[in-house]
Amino acid sequence: MVLAAISLFFGVISLRPSEIFSNSEAFGLMVDSRLPRTLATLIAGAALAACGMIMQMLVRNRFVEPMTAGTGQGAALGILIVVLLFPSASILVKMCIATATALLSSIGFLLIVRRLPPAQPLLVPLVAMIYGGIIGAGVTFVAYQWDMLQYIDTWLNGDFSGVMRGRYELLWIAALMTALTYVIADQFAIAGLGREASINLGLNYDQVMILGLLAISVVAALTVITVGAIPFVGLIVPNIISRRFGDNLRATLPLTALCGASLVLVSDIIGRVIRAPYEIPVGTVLGVLGAVVFLWLLYARPKHAR
Amino acid sequence: MIVVENLNYSVAASQILKDVSVTLPKGGITALIGPNGAGKSSLFSHIARLLPLQSGRISVDGMEVTPANRQELSRKLAILPQQVHFATRLTVKELVQFGRYPHCQGRLQAEDHKMVEAALKAFELTPLSHRFLDTLSGGQRHKAHVAMTYAQDTNYLLLDEPLNNLDIAASRALMALLRRLADEEGKTVVIVLHDINFAAQYADHLVVLKDGCIEREGKPSDMVTGALLSDVFGTDAQVAVIGDTPFVVP
Repeated sequence: MVLAAISLFFGVISLRPSEIFSNSEAFGLMVDSRLPRTLATLIAGAALAACGMIMQMLVRNRFVEPMTAGTGQGAALGILIVVLLFPSASILVKMCIATATALLSSIGFLLIVRRLPPAQPLLVPLVAMIYGGIIGAGVTFVAYQWDMLQYIDTWLNGDFSGVMRGRYELLWIAALMTALTYVIADQFAIAGLGREASINLGLNYDQVMILGLLAISVVAALTVITVGAIPFVGLIVPNIISRRFGDNLRATLPLTALCGASLVLVSDIIGRVIRAPYEIPVGTVLGVLGAVVFLWLLYARPKHAR
Repeated sequence: MIVVENLNYSVAASQILKDVSVTLPKGGITALIGPNGAGKSSLFSHIARLLPLQSGRISVDGMEVTPANRQELSRKLAILPQQVHFATRLTVKELVQFGRYPHCQGRLQAEDHKMVEAALKAFELTPLSHRFLDTLSGGQRHKAHVAMTYAQDTNYLLLDEPLNNLDIAASRALMALLRRLADEEGKTVVIVLHDINFAAQYADHLVVLKDGCIEREGKPSDMVTGALLSDVFGTDAQVAVIGDTPFVVP
């Protein structure tokens, strides 16, 4: 809450709370830019963290997240295809195609992961990075050929500075999707126990997998379309939550979303403050933060039981 | 009663199960034994619906084992697969609570909580109930998994080599508990066992598999003989009889 307030009132033009209602210009700035930006940050952070947690359950590996494992890149590929082939397509068509390609690339990733030996958990994130990298490279190549490199930069590197009223509302669908996943949080937790345990408990394992991947793909696609890919939130937050509170998703999923929202908001504020009045994209801030925390997670792990 | 009819199962060119038909009686402990590669685990996995049927039929108390019946089946039979290694961090209690999922779909009622407490108590896990599974020893973790299947409160309990990685005390305790479940609560236990002595000591009914076929079946005292060991297992170990129970001398 405090962070949200800071985000609302800090910016190139500083605002004082008392001004909002007395000064119509300040009110306009608040409604058109600051409020949408803060909301977009919170939603994207919460949705990505929750999806990271779900993806880690489905893949049964702690070191994957949608934005590095091909889902985000798949979404970018989808948008690129739409922009190239149907430049006049509506935002809804864009969204659907991006979701579809994101879903396809996540299914592809899952099929590869199933063939990896379960005794080697570190192979999965390596494969994820290579897989995501290959799709990302494909996107870059196509964009290069058609002279659209600046475009894809806005999709592959998350940045909230362009968020204004009328340009972020799609994210509410991502928020809704995340809220819906909570309804079957138990099923994701059971899926995390593996196929055999799921069958034993009478779960439709394949259906849970598809629903989970669909949710992840929708969230990834919408985030990429509206603000661009935001890496690491889906990785760091679920790992910290899981280590501290475990994997009973019904209890931890809301907490994961809250922490994800806070983390992205903090990163966005840091990006705005550090060399004001210019901005550092949130993706870059998180990349730096995330790399440090990820290393810490890798090295700290052996100390904990296991 | 579990009825298996004309079950065939092949992987690539090799046929693992050859036209297996067998009826596992209701009540008591039925042990599936046989040499390595005889098809015990394959038969188990089919009954447990972990493998899709290629041909044949399986029914439990008249209900066919198909994906369409998955929810009802999960209230009829609980399974403990051979290797359970979970990557997720759950407390013992949370894991056991998932055993109630088939009954309450995650919304635990008073009755479910009672069953969870009973399961924790039966396996002496109450003091550990808030510990994360990955902080427990292998034996304790195994007990927690069995407790989860116990909490599922099904008439049938299927276990695939549950004594792997357990020491002699834990193995005997688990078998004694299964015995008690069968005797006092009228549950049907189907268990894949490697150790013929454990099978002879605790089971009521033995089903012997060899090369994908049911070789013979019957009471342990009639079944465990020198002839069985040389015909089926291809080893000439001696069998001693102590009391009524035959023992294989290793």
